[in-house]
Amino acid sequence: MSILIDKKTRLVVLGITGGEGTFHTQKMQEYGTKVVAGMTPGKGGQTHLGVPVFNTVADAVKETGANAGAIFVPPYAAADAIMECAEAGLGLVVCITEGIPTFDMIKVKAYLRDKTTRLIGPNTPGVISPGKCKIGIMPGAIHRPGRVGIISRSGTLTYEAVDQVSQLGFGQSTAIGIGGDPIVGLKYIELLKLFGEDDETDAVILIGEIGGTAEEEAAAFIKKEFPKPVVGFIAGQTAPPGRRMGHAGAIIAGGKGTAAEKMAALKSAGVHVAKSPADIGVMVQKALETKTRPSKKSKAHAKKTRKK
Amino acid sequence: MKIHEYQAKQILAKYGVQIPRGEVAETPDKAAEIAQRIGPRVVLKAQIHAGGRGKGGGIKVVNSPQEAKETASKMIGMTLVTHQTGPEGKVVKRLLVEEALDIARELYLGLVIDRAREAAVVMASSEGGVEIEKVAAEHPELIFKEYVNPAAGLASFQARQLAFRLGLSGEAFKQGVKFISGLYRAFEGSDASLAEINPLLVTKQGGVLALDAKMNFDDNALGRHPDIAAMRDLNEESPLEVEASKYNLNYIKLDGTVGCMVNGAGLAMATMDIIMLSGGMPANFLDVGGGVSEEAVTNAFKILVADKDVKAALINIFGGIVRCDLVASGIVKAAKEVGLKIPLVVRLKGTNMEEGKKILAASGMSFRSADTMKEAAEKVVALVK
Repeated sequence: MSILIDKKTRLVVLGITGGEGTFHTQKMQEYGTKVVAGMTPGKGGQTHLGVPVFNTVADAVKETGANAGAIFVPPYAAADAIMECAEAGLGLVVCITEGIPTFDMIKVKAYLRDKTTRLIGPNTPGVISPGKCKIGIMPGAIHRPGRVGIISRSGTLTYEAVDQVSQLGFGQSTAIGIGGDPIVGLKYIELLKLFGEDDETDAVILIGEIGGTAEEEAAAFIKKEFPKPVVGFIAGQTAPPGRRMGHAGAIIAGGKGTAAEKMAALKSAGVHVAKSPADIGVMVQKALETKTRPSKKSKAHAKKTRKK
Repeated sequence: MKIHEYQAKQILAKYGVQIPRGEVAETPDKAAEIAQRIGPRVVLKAQIHAGGRGKGGGIKVVNSPQEAKETASKMIGMTLVTHQTGPEGKVVKRLLVEEALDIARELYLGLVIDRAREAAVVMASSEGGVEIEKVAAEHPELIFKEYVNPAAGLASFQARQLAFRLGLSGEAFKQGVKFISGLYRAFEGSDASLAEINPLLVTKQGGVLALDAKMNFDDNALGRHPDIAAMRDLNEESPLEVEASKYNLNYIKLDGTVGCMVNGAGLAMATMDIIMLSGGMPANFLDVGGGVSEEAVTNAFKILVADKDVKAALINIFGGIVRCDLVASGIVKAAKEVGLKIPLVVRLKGTNMEEGKKILAASGMSFRSADTMKEAAEKVVALVK
């Protein structure tokens, strides 16, 4: 198993005929993702990269049985694209587009409330279940099939973590970028729930960054009911307050959303918190070796080292 | 993006939000002339992108056009230091000259996006004129909130509810409801990320006006608000940050001595963190974008080395789909063009990284190479010590 996507995923790419859409659709096809349709309004009836292009997502679903969507359209058209995917009944939508206005996303989230569609992103590298399916722009080659789940707000920092895990001989069940914007689709808790139920995931890496309170909410959830070991890292320990650190969502506002607060919340929930981004891999190794909830084991471990 | 108080008030006025009569003066003569028309008693307010102006001497009440001229001549050109400007302060280029009003009450009204609730929230408080964070910490019961339904917008009953809780009555109640509704329309209509009226003024005659106004905007939405984008004041930003924004690079100047250039915002922050954990301090945040083009590398390199505080620099690129040999060529090209006066540690990871390292080694320039983030950070920190 894996979460969100696997070999049964049938993908429709919105904006398939654009530059980014074309490049990354090719990469997804090379990785083995079943791209069954493309969608560009006005280009219905054409064939692009060997797949049929439709004018609407509804047509693509009807003709090809697509069950997931990837969005590569420009920022001011992206909110509309997400809603079209939801209306067409797609179970999963991955929105790669960066730069969508916050108010557009507020409306999209309200629109999705009574729909069954799961949204990943926007401003995300996407989702990958190594060896099965990739929806997004991440480099497939650094991933390997395995039993570690990854949830991250970042792009290249996620690749760094994936690479560390792969280098140590472990692989990933599914790696998800939830997106660097202030308002995104699925967040840590929804994904932790899925990883908790996935019998092929043994541990989870949670990569967060400054801004907002999503990591604190995740920590409360982990403390209460998450059954598997978690390794956490928060980027932005040296970030100054009040400045937007590249990602629209990465800003310490009104003294809230600092790395220190988030690390403390995760630690108190029993998460193995890596202070340095270089230690994520080795901490996963440790967590997998102990294979229990980190809180109990780490206390025992701390006692042992103190005796020495 | 941030704008000045006078610009925020211009936007608010378009949405029917009441503001004091006033105009902008860039010379003492102009200040006197405005005082003549709307005074004689007026308030001179220094226009800089920072709060705490009153305490720093940036807000003065004067009683005549002559006094307006004299005071304005001292204020225009002064370097104003407040708790938000940093010790270097900001030079005052213009003043907002406003009518002085009879204050009955000072309230607070603010609008922000609540990320957890995924909605805009209106916050109102009877404690105006002080920092809202302070009120929130000491008297949270004095802050009233209304969350806005994205489809319906701020409903009239919500505006009334807030006005009642603020203790407004009679004419002031009517004006208050109108003010709150107008402020929300301005907030949504201009894709703002913050709109703060502190203080919100209630006059003895029952008028409700924005005595001060602060608005920040969603950078992602500026493309659809060219009028607001044009309000950007480059004088308020650091020159290197302005330069970086021309090339769509995310650059923020910091206090340390170790420069860094990274692809992707999360990895860039993590790189700053590991520099600190290795005993150094980052001189900047610089994200060249996850995709890294050769052009982005060249421009970023120029900005990185233009900072005089940088004693050594670290380039950390996780190539991924982008080929490391192309990134390496970009670095070599930029270094040859700009000159390499500081020691540079380069860590390339991903597709074709061995070819990338060979290109750096063959360049004849003194790049130091590293395989992991930890090794790279330790090497670069050792170079500044």
